Amino acid sequence: MEKELRLMKGNEAVAEAAIRAGADGYFGYPITPQSEILEYLMEANPQVTTGMVVLQAESEVAAINMVYGGAACGKKVMTSSSSPGISLKQEGITYIAGAELPCLIVNVVRGGPGLGTIQPAQSDYFQATKGGGHGDYHLIVLAPSSVQEMADFVELAFDLAFKYRNPTMILSDGAIGQMMEKVWLKPQKKRSEEILPWATTGKPATRERNIITSLDLDPARQEKFNHKLIAKYREIEENEVRFEEFMTEDAEYLFVAYGTSARICQKALQLARDEGIKAGLLRPITLFPYPKKRLNELADTVKGMLAVEMSAGQMVEDVMLSVNGKTRVSHYGRMGGMIPTPEEVLENMKSFIKG
Amino acid sequence: MADITFNDIIKPENLTYKKSRLMTDNVMHYCPGCGHSTAHRVLAEVIEEEDLQSRTVGITPVGCSVLMYNYIDVDFQEAAHGRAPALATAVKRLMPDKFVFTYQGDGDLAAIGTAETIHTCNRGENILILFINNGIYGMTGGQMAPTTLEGMKSSTSPYGRDIATMGSPVKMADIVAMLPGTCFVTRHSVNTAGGVRKLKRAIKKAVQYQNEKRGTCFIEVVSNCPSGWKMTPVESNKWMEENMFPFYPLGDIKVPAE
Ligand SMILES: Cc1ncc(C[n+]2csc(CCOP(=O)(O)OP(=O)(O)O)c2C)c(N)n1
Ligand code: SF4
Ligand SMILES: [Mg+2]
Repeated sequence: MEKELRLMKGNEAVAEAAIRAGADGYFGYPITPQSEILEYLMEANPQVTTGMVVLQAESEVAAINMVYGGAACGKKVMTSSSSPGISLKQEGITYIAGAELPCLIVNVVRGGPGLGTIQPAQSDYFQATKGGGHGDYHLIVLAPSSVQEMADFVELAFDLAFKYRNPTMILSDGAIGQMMEKVWLKPQKKRSEEILPWATTGKPATRERNIITSLDLDPARQEKFNHKLIAKYREIEENEVRFEEFMTEDAEYLFVAYGTSARICQKALQLARDEGIKAGLLRPITLFPYPKKRLNELADTVKGMLAVEMSAGQMVEDVMLSVNGKTRVSHYGRMGGMIPTPEEVLENMKSFIKG
Repeated sequence: MADITFNDIIKPENLTYKKSRLMTDNVMHYCPGCGHSTAHRVLAEVIEEEDLQSRTVGITPVGCSVLMYNYIDVDFQEAAHGRAPALATAVKRLMPDKFVFTYQGDGDLAAIGTAETIHTCNRGENILILFINNGIYGMTGGQMAPTTLEGMKSSTSPYGRDIATMGSPVKMADIVAMLPGTCFVTRHSVNTAGGVRKLKRAIKKAVQYQNEKRGTCFIEVVSNCPSGWKMTPVESNKWMEENMFPFYPLGDIKVPAE
C-alpha cells in the first residue's frame, strides 16, 4: 500500500494506521464510541495481507492480558477501548508497566463515572497520566486532536513504547474517534522479524532463559526496580515532551487544552483576538510527559492561564503544578458528554480576565 | 551393606532416576510433599525428551507455582491471577510454531480466571493448560477454592464447605470437555510412580496434539496441599485418594479421534 489520502473516522484511521505501521496483533472488545477499530480490522482482515493477528476477546481484561502475552514476545501489539473498558484493563496495564513491556492502548474516552454516557469526554486524564492501576508507574500518553493525529500517533506510540519498553496510550475522545476528516496514510511498513533479546520466544542454547515478570518478593530489589522505573520516567520527561503553541509570543492570557478542547480553544482564540484580547493557546500533545517547563516559562509572561477540559478539572492540576504559583490558573469544563462551544469558552476567558 | 560407598551408588549402571537437564539447581520453595514439584519435574522431562526447549514459552499463574520460572529452564511469562490463558492465546497466535503451555492452580483457573479458561478452550487455542487442582488456595494460606470438597474445612470455610451457601465444588475438566474447542481432556495425579508415568504420557500426547493443531489440551492433576490441608504429606496423599479421587475421578474425559 502506497501513501494515500482518505476521508476517514478517527477510529478507522487508528485501525488502518496500525496495519500500515506493521503491527503484529490487535486484541479488543466492543464498546462505543470505539467499536469501529475492531470492526475495521476484522473487515480489513490483515492476517492474510500483513500477517497481523486480530482477535475479539471475551472481555477487556482478556484483551489487555493478550496484549501482555504478545508484548512479552517482543511483538508490536495493541488494544483499544473506551472508558469503562479501560478501567477493566488497568490490571493488565500495571502488569505490563511492571514487566517493562512495549504496547499501545487506545482510549476513546466517553463520559463517566460508571457506565456514564457514550458521548465524548476528557474525564480519564487522571487515570491515564497518574497511573490508573496500582503501583508507581506511568504510561506515555499522547493526545491527538485530529483524525490525522489519530493515524500518525499509532506509529509514534509504538516507537516510543519500544524505545523505552513502556506501555503507551493514545488518549482520544468520542468526538475525535467518530468525526471524519481527510487523513494522509503512510505506506505499508513490513512487520518486523527481529527477535528482541529480552523477548520470550523460546530459549535457544545461546542465551539464558528469558523471564517476563513484574514480581520481586525481595523488598530491597523491588525498591531498586522502582528507582529504575523512576529514572526511565525522568528520561522520558527529558526527551519526549511534545506540545504546540498558538499566538503565545504576545499572549497575555493563555488557554491550555488538549484534544477536542484544544480545537475549540483554537476557535475561541480567534474570537478573542477579533475582540482585541491577547490570548494564546498551549496544546499539550504528550500528557505524560507534560510540558511543565514550557508552561513555567510562559507563566513569566502571561497574566493567567485557563485550562479548558471536558472534565471537572483534571489537567488543570498539572498546569498549577507547572506554574507553581507564578500566575493565576483557572479551569473551565463541561462534563457528561457535553462539548463546550468556542463562544462559551471565550465568555469564560473574559470572566477569568476580570478576575 | 555398610561397604557400599557413595561412588557405587552414583555409578551409571546403578542409576534409576536422573534429574532432567531442564530442572535448574534452584532450591524449590514448595512445602515438603507438595505435588507441584513433581508436576514440574514431569513437565520438564517431557520438554527435554521432546526437544522442545528452544520453542517453549510457559505461562505461570498467581498461586504457589508463581515462581515456577525459577525451576524449569525455558522462557516464561508470569501472568496476573487467572489470566494465563489470555497470555497464552496471544503467544500462540503470534508465534504458532512455539510450544505454549499454562500452568495454573484451581483458584487461578476455576475462580478468578474462569472466563479466560472457558473462552480459551472454546476458541480451541492450540495450547496446553496444565491444571493443578489441590482443592484449596495454597499460596494465600489455605482458603476455600471453587474446587474445595463439600464439608472440607479451610480457613474461609472453618465449619466445612456448606453447599447451600458456598456452592458445589466445580469440575472444570468436565466443563471444558463439553466445549468443541478442546481436543484432549484428562485427569491425573502425581502421588504414585504409576500416576507420574501416566501424566507424562498424557503431556506427550498434548505435545503431539499441539503440533497437529488439534485444539486445546487440558490436563488436570489432582494434587495435595499438605500445608493448606494441615496434614503430613503421607496423610494428605491418603486423604486425597479417599476424598478427592472419588469426586475427581482419574482418567481420560475426552480424547481425540485418532
Ligand atoms: C487479583 C488478585 N487477587 C488475589 C490475589 C491473591 N492470591 C494469590 S494466590 C491466590 C490463590 C491461589 O490458589 P490456587 O490458584 O489454587 O494455587 P495454589 O497456591 O493452590 O497452587 C490468591 C487468591 C492476587 N495475587 N491477585
Ligand atoms: S502451600 Fe500447599 S500448594 Fe503451596 S507449596 Fe505448600 S503444599 Fe504446595
Ligand atoms: Mg490450589
